[in-house]
Amino acid sequence: MMAPWDMTAAQLSAALRIASDEWAAREAEVARRRRMVSALLRGLVYLGAAATAFVLAFLVGYILVNGVPYLTPSLFEWTYTSDNVSLMPALISTLMMAALALVMAVPIGVGSAIYLVEYAPRGSRFVNIVRTTTETLQGIPSIIYGLFGMLFFVTALRWNLSLLSGACTLAIMVLPVVMRTTEEALIAVPDAYREGGFGLGAGRLRTVFRCVLPSAVPGILGGVILALGRCVGEVAALLFTAGTIAQIPDFVAGGAAAVFDSCRTLAVHMYVLASEGLHVNETYATAVVLLVVVVVLNAAATFAAKKMRKGSGND
Amino acid sequence: MSQSAVKEGFARALFVGAAAVSVLAVALICVFLFANGLPAMAQIGIPEFLLGTTWRPANDLYGIFPMIIGSIYVTAGAMLVGVPAGFLCAVFLSRFASGRVAATLKPGVELLAGIPSVVYGFFGLVVIVPLIRDYLPGRGLSLLAAALLLGIMILPTIITVAQSALDAVPQKYYEGALALGADHEHSVFRVVVPAAASGIMAAIVLGVGRAIGETMAVIMVAGNQAVIPGSIFDGVRTMTANIVLEMGYAADLHRGALIATGVVLFVFILLITMLFNVIKKRGEAR
Repeated sequence: MMAPWDMTAAQLSAALRIASDEWAAREAEVARRRRMVSALLRGLVYLGAAATAFVLAFLVGYILVNGVPYLTPSLFEWTYTSDNVSLMPALISTLMMAALALVMAVPIGVGSAIYLVEYAPRGSRFVNIVRTTTETLQGIPSIIYGLFGMLFFVTALRWNLSLLSGACTLAIMVLPVVMRTTEEALIAVPDAYREGGFGLGAGRLRTVFRCVLPSAVPGILGGVILALGRCVGEVAALLFTAGTIAQIPDFVAGGAAAVFDSCRTLAVHMYVLASEGLHVNETYATAVVLLVVVVVLNAAATFAAKKMRKGSGND
Repeated sequence: MSQSAVKEGFARALFVGAAAVSVLAVALICVFLFANGLPAMAQIGIPEFLLGTTWRPANDLYGIFPMIIGSIYVTAGAMLVGVPAGFLCAVFLSRFASGRVAATLKPGVELLAGIPSVVYGFFGLVVIVPLIRDYLPGRGLSLLAAALLLGIMILPTIITVAQSALDAVPQKYYEGALALGADHEHSVFRVVVPAAASGIMAAIVLGVGRAIGETMAVIMVAGNQAVIPGSIFDGVRTMTANIVLEMGYAADLHRGALIATGVVLFVFILLITMLFNVIKKRGEAR
């Protein structure tokens, strides 16, 4: 090829045009490839989201379609027999179990969150230890809680397979949930509230209970509902602490001693039904009841969280 | 004045006491698990227990190696399924979805997190297992079924944690990339995602923890044979399943061996929690 300084003006401009065309073509190729990568990425992202949505819709839909027709009155009879496989005793036991667990976990969880946020000096050693243990508790799988409950409450304390053993195990399990959400709710309360309390001459205790806690209530409630949901759905932690007997702890006849009765919660009931495999339709129906409970709890937690956000947005 | 000081001091002591409960709980869990598990482990012999490939309680053979491998396989499979889907869904929710779509999908993800594991397990038993049995080799109750189901179950964990990491990336990173001429997808994947990398890693580690500790759903679909699976269509038994399946009737050394299985699982979980904390701390430091 001729050197540029030997070219005539026409030749030079032709060569330049070729070069610029080539450059433009290459540029267009790069842009095209980049657009393709973008389209691919976008497609993958949409695919991921669609897959999640599909799984959720399919799972819930499948359970509902197969279960709702079998929500018969016999499934809600007061006593369980191996014929009606009534879920009523399990449902009531679940309420008792969850209530007992929360009665223990909520005051302790809220109390420790109050200490961590309102009292503890920043960076204190004790606070670090509490935070580490809370994180550890949160990561422990429920079967480990079940083993511990069996070794400690059932065997060492001789509470046997009982409502109380199960509830204590669940209480430890949901403690970090209550703690974390309460902590977040307290941190979200503006410092002006505290300063207001102190400024009016209130002590720390009064400030916490009168100025800080009331505006954190929705957040705490959200955490409590979350904890309730975990209690309702738990199986592995209860199999060896509360047992699988399909009866309601009889507080009427037995008085307070009924906390030592063994019982099965709804989720345990469903596991037993599913693993027996004899009452598949009733298992679907039980799953529907469990799902409904979970959906209602979820909606309540979302509502509480929304209220919390609105509350703290007002000032 | 002094009365209120007493009240303040009393309240303070109560709150400290409440905070100490979680410390006490972890201490008790450690003490009771180790005190009941370690003697059995010692009696069996630690190498025989951890590396023995035969689990036959009737003959006093307690090797949990197949269960350790089973837990690792099932967890790895769940990651293969759950991490890509969960990560992409988190990117979608954080940077692609319009407000209305996100407002619909987000509660759905929360619902997915709230569904009890027995319901997942039952779904796996009546949908995933028959599908595998009909179209693929094996009896359906398999490593594959457990991995698929667990992959679904860890989705909400991964999505929630990864999304909050992506949401926390300052908007100016994204805008800076746009200003340099990158399009939306490239800005998100080349700038925003790397900036959120430690949070996404944390999400994955959390997912591993959830998957390795899951019990009921796995029992219902995995087949539970106490041997190392030869293929993904074979049955598999995890450590968690081992405990639940046999604890009901176990006695003496058998019972001790099951508790020792719990100890091994507990140690796995502690390591994962530590890893999670290291990643989180590194992310915060940046």
